Amino acid sequence: MTEWVKAAVREIQEYVRMQGAALRGAVTRPFYFRDVVEQFEQIGLGSLTVVVLTGFFTGAVLALQTGLTLDQFGARPFVGQLVSASMIKELGPVLTGLMLAGRVGSGIAAELGSMVVTDQISALRALGTDPVRKLVVPRMLAGLFMAPVLTVIANSVGMVGGWLIAVFQLRVPSSLYWSSVVDVLLFADVWMGLVKPFVLGYVIVTIGCYVGLTTRGGTQGVGRATTNAVVVASVAVIAVDFFVTRLLITLLY
Amino acid sequence: MLLDIQQTQTAEESLEEPGAPVVMFDKVSLAFDEKVILREISFKLIAGHTKVFLGSSGAGKSTILKLILGLLRPDSGMIWVNGERVDRMNERELMTVRADLGMVFQEGALFDSLTVAENVGYKLLDELHQPPTQVRARVEEVLGFIGLGEFADRMPSELSGGQRRRVAIARAMAAKPRVLLYDEPTTGLDPITGTTVDEEIIKLRDLENVSSIVVTHQLRDAFYIATHEAVREQGQIRLQVAGEEKAEEAEFIMLRDGGIVFEGTAAELRASTNPYLKTFLS
Repeated sequence: MTEWVKAAVREIQEYVRMQGAALRGAVTRPFYFRDVVEQFEQIGLGSLTVVVLTGFFTGAVLALQTGLTLDQFGARPFVGQLVSASMIKELGPVLTGLMLAGRVGSGIAAELGSMVVTDQISALRALGTDPVRKLVVPRMLAGLFMAPVLTVIANSVGMVGGWLIAVFQLRVPSSLYWSSVVDVLLFADVWMGLVKPFVLGYVIVTIGCYVGLTTRGGTQGVGRATTNAVVVASVAVIAVDFFVTRLLITLLY
Repeated sequence: MLLDIQQTQTAEESLEEPGAPVVMFDKVSLAFDEKVILREISFKLIAGHTKVFLGSSGAGKSTILKLILGLLRPDSGMIWVNGERVDRMNERELMTVRADLGMVFQEGALFDSLTVAENVGYKLLDELHQPPTQVRARVEEVLGFIGLGEFADRMPSELSGGQRRRVAIARAMAAKPRVLLYDEPTTGLDPITGTTVDEEIIKLRDLENVSSIVVTHQLRDAFYIATHEAVREQGQIRLQVAGEEKAEEAEFIMLRDGGIVFEGTAAELRASTNPYLKTFLS
């Protein structure tokens, strides 16, 4: 039992240390600009399809479900409010986060993990490159800045999905849908929707990098690392979302 | 010698003299948990010479290379590389020491997202920030040296095992380091391909005056490297059996259970009567 606790503490310590090195690497030289651009493209543009699809169907299904419930109170025209409030505050950031954990977290862990087991990380160090600066910093920055952008896209597409259902299935007038979408949003909600994905993007990518860089045990180890990265990052998304929400409610409302 | 270096700290002057050690281990020990990897290992590598580390798998051979590069830290003892104490340096300081070291990893460890030319030019372009035209010229030069000029735009996955090792040698030598470290450069290669890799090692040592440390358990290749020399005659590079003096510049160190059981030239190794060495050699 004590061994297990010790190992867990050591892992957390190493994870924090890596983040420290990465944060330092983000503000000091050498800075690998080309790799940063590449990662923005890979993580941002590369995740667009999956995020758009997720956002669209989430918005649509929200409209369907809430339409049913609202009918009980004769409040069907308010469907837009429910779609936008749930998408922007909660579902947009969390579902985008989960998608990124699956796509980006696993990809990073697999890539860095195979670089570890084939000695490419040692080769980088031998050639005078700090792997944290070269590999972790670009991914961390891309995760940090692309997750909010992707979340905004997912939210927008989600509202369009909700609109399609509202107009064609629930027969709510289009103008009524959009005005209720805008009406319900407080400034604080928008803030909450924008702050969360920053934190979630950061968490997903740093977990992927840490798990990848600590891979042990050949190709089998790479498989294990990839699975671990997805599992840990997904649980972290849900858990971190809770704590950030708690904190933001205290601060904003 | 050791005292001198301790007094002058960087020992730059003493390293300028001929016959100065470029790599020196003084009573270096390392253990992972309970398992002892190295036990009080001491040796010196003189500039322009070759050290061949022999030993069965797990005898701590590759660990020595990782210690020289500062990828691992010893539990005790001192390690000097080009006059700098690497065993107590932080990662940032180690970068300057690594600038003068080239390492050829087992299986090559080429970056598989980069082409052969990008791999070879990586350090020059990304770390030393040389102008691209200059980098391209140097990449062509080293790829020509190892005879893989036409493979510049291929990806590492398209190369054979032997070609990958040779590209790894090209990458290690591109920045003109004074010391090259080879980790099992011929393991897993057929004898003919293995010899082409051996020849690159010999050419680099004799024509570019690079000091080398070769870790291997392939005896055939170890003896080939130790007993041959490369000469340039009328622009042509030729390999021949080394003279007595040249052969003495290559020294063998045999490791067993973390300790040194033999240190000497190829001739002395062959003549040894130690039963363990005899079984290893047979």
